[in-house]
Amino acid sequence: MSAAPRAPLWPGIVAAALVTAFAVAFMWAENEWEVVGVLAAALVAVLVARRTGWLAPAARAFEMREPAMNRVTIVALLVFIAFFHDDHFPLLMVGTVLVYFTVCLGLTIQFGYSGVMNFAAAAFLGTGCYTAAVLSAHTSLPHLLVLAAGGAVAALVGSILILPVLRTRGHYAAVVTIAFGLLFRTFLEVNDTLGGPQGLKLPSMKLLGMTFNDNFSVAGIEFSFYMHYVLTALALAVLAFAVTRRLERSWIGVSLDAIRLDETASACFGIHIARWKIVAFTLGNFMAGAAGALYALMLGFIAPTNFTFGDSLVMVSIILLGGIGNAWGAALAAAIVVVLPEKLQLIQEYRFLLYAAMVIVVLLYRPEGLLPRPLRNYLPGWRPR
Amino acid sequence: MSAPVLALSGLTRHFGGLVALDALDMRVERGQIVGLIGPNGSGKTTSFNVLTGIYAASAGRAEFLGRDITNLRAQAVYEAGIARTFQRSRLCLPLSIFDNIMVGNHRRLEHGLWFNLFSRRAFARQFETAFEDARELVRVFDAPLAGRMFDAVGALPMIDRRRIEICRALISRPQLLLLDEPSAGMTEEETRELMDDILEIRGRIAGLSIVIIEHEMGVIERITDRCVVLNFGRKIAEGAYREVAADRQVQEAYLGVE
Repeated sequence: MSAAPRAPLWPGIVAAALVTAFAVAFMWAENEWEVVGVLAAALVAVLVARRTGWLAPAARAFEMREPAMNRVTIVALLVFIAFFHDDHFPLLMVGTVLVYFTVCLGLTIQFGYSGVMNFAAAAFLGTGCYTAAVLSAHTSLPHLLVLAAGGAVAALVGSILILPVLRTRGHYAAVVTIAFGLLFRTFLEVNDTLGGPQGLKLPSMKLLGMTFNDNFSVAGIEFSFYMHYVLTALALAVLAFAVTRRLERSWIGVSLDAIRLDETASACFGIHIARWKIVAFTLGNFMAGAAGALYALMLGFIAPTNFTFGDSLVMVSIILLGGIGNAWGAALAAAIVVVLPEKLQLIQEYRFLLYAAMVIVVLLYRPEGLLPRPLRNYLPGWRPR
Repeated sequence: MSAPVLALSGLTRHFGGLVALDALDMRVERGQIVGLIGPNGSGKTTSFNVLTGIYAASAGRAEFLGRDITNLRAQAVYEAGIARTFQRSRLCLPLSIFDNIMVGNHRRLEHGLWFNLFSRRAFARQFETAFEDARELVRVFDAPLAGRMFDAVGALPMIDRRRIEICRALISRPQLLLLDEPSAGMTEEETRELMDDILEIRGRIAGLSIVIIEHEMGVIERITDRCVVLNFGRKIAEGAYREVAADRQVQEAYLGVE
């Protein structure tokens, strides 16, 4: 067998550039008609690209040249935020998308790989938020450790759910987590130490001697203070993405998939079901908690209304929309779900209706999601000899 | 003489008032292929399930290479060196051929978090070895199939799925292979091909013992050294196929002769 030529990189780069251009145009659009116009143009472009087969080389570049394309994607995102370097609102949007993305990577490990349902993602996000609020207000713990602490506390709180989650399957496990999510919010609302319904304020994040809540300028260019948070959120998301991807492409990933698909067969081949479900559940909650800690510091103010059951459902719908088990899909869907209602104020009030409609349409016409999960590719670019 | 590979004594399993498996005694010597036959509901699959730790035994004892394995957990039975296939194919259909075989390779793969997440070079080395190993095994069954290791199993025809399932069971080099009706849902031609593969595998893996549940009497006659016949959970005959096929009790219970 002769070695197949390496897939070219440039279609991937062109695709990334076009998506970035679209994102900039979308963010720049002032009124609703412009927004709708940009959206329609993008939709037509994607459909045309699919028809003409231009989408395939780009997809192949992402698949076969993944390490390079990961870097291209990061650069594209940096270009995007450079366009809005002094504009608070778009940067806050990007930061929020990155936080949601990180949470959804956790859900991908839990639900997409090991099949453990978690309908309390917002509660674990909230656990991280409140941990950050308490620690940053009452201790002088360095803020990088506060992020880790947010993850650790969320993982710890999750451990009280492990027994019921292990003992139940499918819908029943879902009900357990739903109950937990509802309890969590009620607990926050009646707990005066944690601010009750009014919530808590957080001080500015400080890292490496920088105060994140101050605008700053480099070489005479003014930057919004949100730039600090966006870059930190990007670092966190990249880390979570790397862990998720490597987990998928390992023997552990195979075991998690086997557990989701057939517990009896898995047990007959030595896979310890409870152990791996606990690992997946804990790791996912850690990611949600760490993202939550950063989210709270970025917002500067948190309240129980940020962590409702509805928000947990939004996280699950991101996973469904993007393609269950596909980390890239979660990124795309997180961007759509977070940004769309913000730009289209018209639908803001109906956003839950919109999410529900979107999920139904996806499940009906494209049940595997916008970006269906491809088969496991252990070592990108590797070919059998 | 060394201990038999498998020795069951009085192995019993109740489901409420129903005795699905009634005091089964059975021995499998090293390198033997033993057929387990009997009408539907006679306890054949139950005996596999009890043996592999899916069901607990109600009474009796199972020894594997002289070691007591009664009521071990499924994971421990596999670790000890017993692997099985299922009556209704239980492959992970959305996963690739290679992934499915790696599920069966569990005990020979490193599962540490650090190894899998951060020592990617060591992982890549183990991956290469595991891949060569799996491809080698699949090639014994079907050479073209070995060129499609990263295709989804769900897209394969039944006979290939059976082959993959047997590969999944064999990849960890078990001492004992339990085959639960491998010919189910296949044509006569496909069945013959699969049995050729099984005989070839036995020739290649020294000392592999096989217990096979089958309804196709042709298969049983061709490949087994010895048969055990069950009816209503009880053993009613044992011996070479020709002997048991001539047994009047067996004919009444199973072959449908008045």
